[in-house]
Amino acid sequence: MEMRNISKSFDGFPANKNINLNIQAGEILGLLGENGAGKTTLMKILYGLYRPDSGKIFVNGNEVVFRSPRDAIRMGIGMVHQHFMLVQNHTVLENIILGDEEAPFFFPHRAAEKKLLKFQKMYGLRVPLRSKVWQLSAGEQQRVEIVKALLQGAGLLILDEPTSVLTPQESTELFSILRKMANEGHGIIIISHKLEEILDICHRVVVLRKGEVVGSAEAKKVTKRDLARMMVGRDVVFSVDWKPAPKGEVVLEVEGLTVRSDRGTVAVRDVNFSIHRNEILGIAGVAGNGQRELVEAITGIRKAESGQVRILGKDITNQSARVIHAEGIAHVPEERIRFGTVPNLLIYENAVLKRHHFAPFSDVVFLNYDEIKENAESIVRNFSISSPSIHVPMKQLSGGNIQKLIVGREVSAGPVLLVASHPTYGLDVGATEYIRKQLVKRRDEGEAVLLVSEDLEEILELSDRIAVMFEGKIVGILDRQDANIEEIGLMMAGVAL
Amino acid sequence: MKLKRTWERLEFQWEERTDRSLLFSVSVLLTAIVCGVLLIGAVFLSLGVDPVFALKQIFLGSFGSLYGLKESLTKAIPLFLIAGGLCVAYKAKFWNIGAESQLLMGAVFSTWFGLNVGQSLPPSIGVPLLFLMGFLGGALWGIIPAILKVRFGISEVISTLMLNYIAAEFVTFLIVGPWKGATKHGFPYTDDLPKALILDTLPGSRIHYITLILGILLCIILFILLYRSKFGYEVRVIGESPEAARYAGIDFFKTSLLIMVISGGAAGLAGVGEVAGIHHHLGYPGNISAGYGFTAIITAWLGKLNPLLTLISGLFFAGILVGGDAIQISLRLPAATVNIFNGILLFVLIVSDYFLKHRLVLRFRQL
Repeated sequence: MEMRNISKSFDGFPANKNINLNIQAGEILGLLGENGAGKTTLMKILYGLYRPDSGKIFVNGNEVVFRSPRDAIRMGIGMVHQHFMLVQNHTVLENIILGDEEAPFFFPHRAAEKKLLKFQKMYGLRVPLRSKVWQLSAGEQQRVEIVKALLQGAGLLILDEPTSVLTPQESTELFSILRKMANEGHGIIIISHKLEEILDICHRVVVLRKGEVVGSAEAKKVTKRDLARMMVGRDVVFSVDWKPAPKGEVVLEVEGLTVRSDRGTVAVRDVNFSIHRNEILGIAGVAGNGQRELVEAITGIRKAESGQVRILGKDITNQSARVIHAEGIAHVPEERIRFGTVPNLLIYENAVLKRHHFAPFSDVVFLNYDEIKENAESIVRNFSISSPSIHVPMKQLSGGNIQKLIVGREVSAGPVLLVASHPTYGLDVGATEYIRKQLVKRRDEGEAVLLVSEDLEEILELSDRIAVMFEGKIVGILDRQDANIEEIGLMMAGVAL
Repeated sequence: MKLKRTWERLEFQWEERTDRSLLFSVSVLLTAIVCGVLLIGAVFLSLGVDPVFALKQIFLGSFGSLYGLKESLTKAIPLFLIAGGLCVAYKAKFWNIGAESQLLMGAVFSTWFGLNVGQSLPPSIGVPLLFLMGFLGGALWGIIPAILKVRFGISEVISTLMLNYIAAEFVTFLIVGPWKGATKHGFPYTDDLPKALILDTLPGSRIHYITLILGILLCIILFILLYRSKFGYEVRVIGESPEAARYAGIDFFKTSLLIMVISGGAAGLAGVGEVAGIHHHLGYPGNISAGYGFTAIITAWLGKLNPLLTLISGLFFAGILVGGDAIQISLRLPAATVNIFNGILLFVLIVSDYFLKHRLVLRFRQL
């Protein structure tokens, strides 16, 4: 596959400028770049979602024009999106059939199931075929997407941020699958921000910045630092400034907490822990082991079945999200676009979400728009959010800037406990660095922080203590100095130590 | 051959439009209305009527004559009230299709009050209470689907639609049964409301101005409520993202109830206007409301769910209703013709919305 001189602009703003990219059969190519660098646009052109303003695409030496993803799929190009494209209310099997042109009209289930079993054996990718997609964890959903692309006969597979939801062991497994596929002649393009894994798995790396190719290298010949410099255009600090701090008083106490999931099964089972002032407690675990339900029960979005949650000694179990927020718990939610913001409302309206019913932002009936706008301006300024103005809809911001706004909004409420779920998931290096620094800063200033993440590096780097969740239980809580990545990886897989 | 090659190189595609000027929006809207009028003209042609003459009759019958103007304003009153309330419900994506029945229940409650309690009251007390009763009737009928939705997850589209039939049959039952008027010589009406409660009209017209003022005020208040109040903010958050509303701790139950109290209550007020301002008694449901509860749905959408703009779109649709009546008489066209107009106009407006949000990009592929 080869892309020649691809250019694409939106409203006169160039997203891709004369990009040349080629990939051989059997090659794994890494595509690096910050958010807004044009990676996703380029891949969407290759997948037929966008048409380039100029430039050509060749597959096996023949020029092709993709009018829609269907054309791209026919030419053997498959894509696993960062935000999964699955029908939430359908079963896994139904979703897979949906993309399969060869499925017979009647009883497509049986035919597809046979084919799937073959893939499961070949690559070891297990997916629960009969479950509905909304019941699956992000990790499982991603596996469904990969299987779907394989079933469509993808010779070239594009993966957008593939490992962000996997355990180290699962990532290793995924990589071995990808290597197997490459050996069989598949071409694979991986879009990622994680420099290490790009270096680990890819044969070749191409770096984009501001819509242009700024570098290309054999993965063996470059270091992490070189790539980061190429991406950001300056040197990047890799570890945040973390100093030991003495624990303060107890802020959050969770006692015997049991919570059910949407499926009705017990998702959190008799969980106990506490967090102190000046402390970050990291919760590690594979997606779908109860972290989401735990966070939702603490922040008042989900009802707990039994147990108690106390904040500064006060029982807040099963209070509404509004009451809990007023007690000083701030929440940076997972799935930031769906839960954390209202994409069609303006930035200043989003910046006051949750606090809109407090003075000075409103009186008994009316909102005070002067205060609300001032609040938004100060969040935008203090958290270095790049946005044309506070009068544009939220959806015009990039992922990193959306997250900065959410963090800014939650932090400026002056909480005693900050709950952050996957705060840097899918963010670029610059934004990730910024958000992590913010979390440590909150801790240094006396807040308690509950950090839930599947990024183990992040957990290890930021946390004072690390709790590992598996099947709804906390299998162990380790102090920072006792923790190492292998041990935690094993605990995440359910091996008690 | 050359031409064919050129043609083959032409490609087009729809792209989302991010920038939109006011001039552009207005011109798209005007184009849509012109297209709609042309389509309506084609309908006239197919019926063997001179389209220019027919359109002229519609215009004269609605806005082009004093009589038409007065009638249009009269019919705009219930549309203002109902469509204003629907804007609030639809902003929260609460699909209230039951404004017709909420209007009828407003009419029922106010008729009961007028016939049983209102006799001895002076207008200064009786009329406000009459409107209050109507509001209550519509609101109570409106919160039934809200409770069903939030507590039991029943689709409000189905429940509000079904409640329309129940309310219509209930009204019919009342007027042929227990409430049948002693003074009506066996006709299926209730007795007239006491004189003190009949709404004044502007001289020489049927415009019951108290309700008209109420409608305009309501739309202004609802606009302020939607865009300047905590409640309106929560309504818009719920409508745009229920997940974000849950995350922010917005109380669905309370907000949904309030939304339907407003939306149903506003329709109930329209019911009071129709009974106390036009008919003076309760009659067949089809006479009390000329489908206002349904026309108001289109009115609210044409007004982009902005209560202030529904004041314009309400007048527009009232004009179409009246103009339709006019050609029924002058051209002897069937009554259903008006429904065809409404359908065609709604259709072109929906299509124009797509053009507002997308642009067609044409270009030649380089060889």
